[in-house]
Amino acid sequence: MPNTKHLEDLTIQVRRDILRMVHKVNSGHPGGSLGCTEFLVSLYNEIMVRKEGFDMDGIGEDLFFLSNGHISPVFYSVISRAGYFPVEELNTFRLLNSRLQGHPTTHEGLPGVRIASGSLGQGMSVALGAAQAKKLNRDNHLVYTLHGDGELQEGQNWEAIMYAAGKKVDNIICTIDLNGQQIDGATDEVLPMGSIKAKFEAFGWVVIDIEEGNNIEAILKGMAKAKSNTGKGKPVCVLLKTMMGNGVDFMMHTHAWHGKAPNDEQLAKGLAQNPETLGDY
Amino acid sequence: MEGLGRLMKTYTYTEKKDTRSGFGAGLAELGRTNPNVVALCADLVGSLKMEKFIEENPERFFQIGIAEANMMGIAAGLTIGGKIPFTGTFANFSTGRVYDQIRQSIAYSDKNVKICASHAGLTLGEDGATHQILEDIGLMKMLPGMTVINTCDYNQTKAATIAIADYHGPVYLRFGRPVVPIFTPEDQKFEIGKAVMLTEGTDVTIVATGHLVWEALEASKVLFEKGISAEVINIHTIKPLDEEAILKSVAKTGCIVTAEEHNYLGGLGESVARVLALNNPTPQEFVATNDTFGESGIPSQLMDKYGLNSAAIVEKSLSVIKRK
Repeated sequence: MPNTKHLEDLTIQVRRDILRMVHKVNSGHPGGSLGCTEFLVSLYNEIMVRKEGFDMDGIGEDLFFLSNGHISPVFYSVISRAGYFPVEELNTFRLLNSRLQGHPTTHEGLPGVRIASGSLGQGMSVALGAAQAKKLNRDNHLVYTLHGDGELQEGQNWEAIMYAAGKKVDNIICTIDLNGQQIDGATDEVLPMGSIKAKFEAFGWVVIDIEEGNNIEAILKGMAKAKSNTGKGKPVCVLLKTMMGNGVDFMMHTHAWHGKAPNDEQLAKGLAQNPETLGDY
Repeated sequence: MEGLGRLMKTYTYTEKKDTRSGFGAGLAELGRTNPNVVALCADLVGSLKMEKFIEENPERFFQIGIAEANMMGIAAGLTIGGKIPFTGTFANFSTGRVYDQIRQSIAYSDKNVKICASHAGLTLGEDGATHQILEDIGLMKMLPGMTVINTCDYNQTKAATIAIADYHGPVYLRFGRPVVPIFTPEDQKFEIGKAVMLTEGTDVTIVATGHLVWEALEASKVLFEKGISAEVINIHTIKPLDEEAILKSVAKTGCIVTAEEHNYLGGLGESVARVLALNNPTPQEFVATNDTFGESGIPSQLMDKYGLNSAAIVEKSLSVIKRK
């Protein structure tokens, strides 16, 4: 297992970025962003094979698609700190004439983004297309995705889940952020989905559980296992159990911070819990 | 009238074929000439005439099953890696059913997907209104960056299918089910956004798209016999619209009839009306469906009942001339 100190430091810095971005424009989605920070930090800095720079086709490297586009704050912070664009640009999040739209898009040409997302349930289909393009191109790299658990209520996902197994798309690892929350409350209350694991398995996927989805070592271990299951005729699903709002105590154990920004006082409190590591933007 | 001083250019045909077969032939040719072209279908391979492409390029064909939303997303993803995906299903399932997938994953994401839609409009026939979309041109032309093409015969559909592969950007290509006369030259180059002048005239401009183009030519013969010189223009590309061709023609004729197998709301006619309102307000009449759903029937019966035929074009031409 690699030394995870730099990933821990980056995680704390990304949390600060998230809080400051949404605070500045008094909008955005901090809860789910904080819940997936460890995962995306690990994915971009330890798990994915990435080339220098950015080109849309991404031949010869792993690809990532964010399907739950509302967690754009964590995505923007992680990809800017992975080198796709200057971190100072995080200052423009959700402002007029910015490349950092409320939900990620290719429209303004932001490097690191390959598809628009925000209208939920579309990312897995896109990722499957990209995975099949890789096969046609004899490109041995993988396609990674991230989806919200509430997002699975969108029917298009199940078309994609059925297709992926039926067509043996085995170069894809789809991660579901199991935080059990959506805008209107707990997923179990809004629309109980039963066992997501049983559903994916019934559709013919390999399912890997990461019980501690906010623990970097657990993520690296689980994703290594997921990767070792690719190329075997089945798509791979990772069920990542996370805590919405992780790392900011008053944002945890509630869905209240799904789409709400902290005020000045709350920002100060959140930042105090996450002292600067790599330097604010 | 002055147009009668010379002979009218007339069109004849020796064969009728369906425009969807033109798509199938174009796709097959692309399979041989462009290794990046891939095809997707949502369980309508036979209806879309995709068999030849599949037979010759099985590894470049993706049978998606009855899951059009997934098909649009997969098509968007295939462009990432340099593929040029052609999706095939009925027009209804190519547009209305998957509007948000096209909007976000294709149009807003600027993906090089060719949405190829058969069985558009009333001429789908007996299956009835559930399948007869008359709103698809409007839906697609409203999407920023989307090119919208509606072809008129086998040759033009084949040429358009081949041409859109060389154009980078999302395209909606609309064609149909019934056999219709083949009257455009086999070797005619298809230029996206460029209107085709079919017959020159001086009394009325008739701008038609899709299956109504042949009807417009038929109408022009009837009008000629009545002493009226009609200028028939084939607008195969509704967006971007060849504004120059339209304005040049009405500058001469002073009135216009638009003809399409589509609701007047959102169709070619409205696009033409906007151009005229901005540049040269001109009397216009619309041959289109009148904000209605279709119904079951034989295609020709439906076209007659809903006023999408040469007789309707003649009638509207006579009306619009009076408004000059």
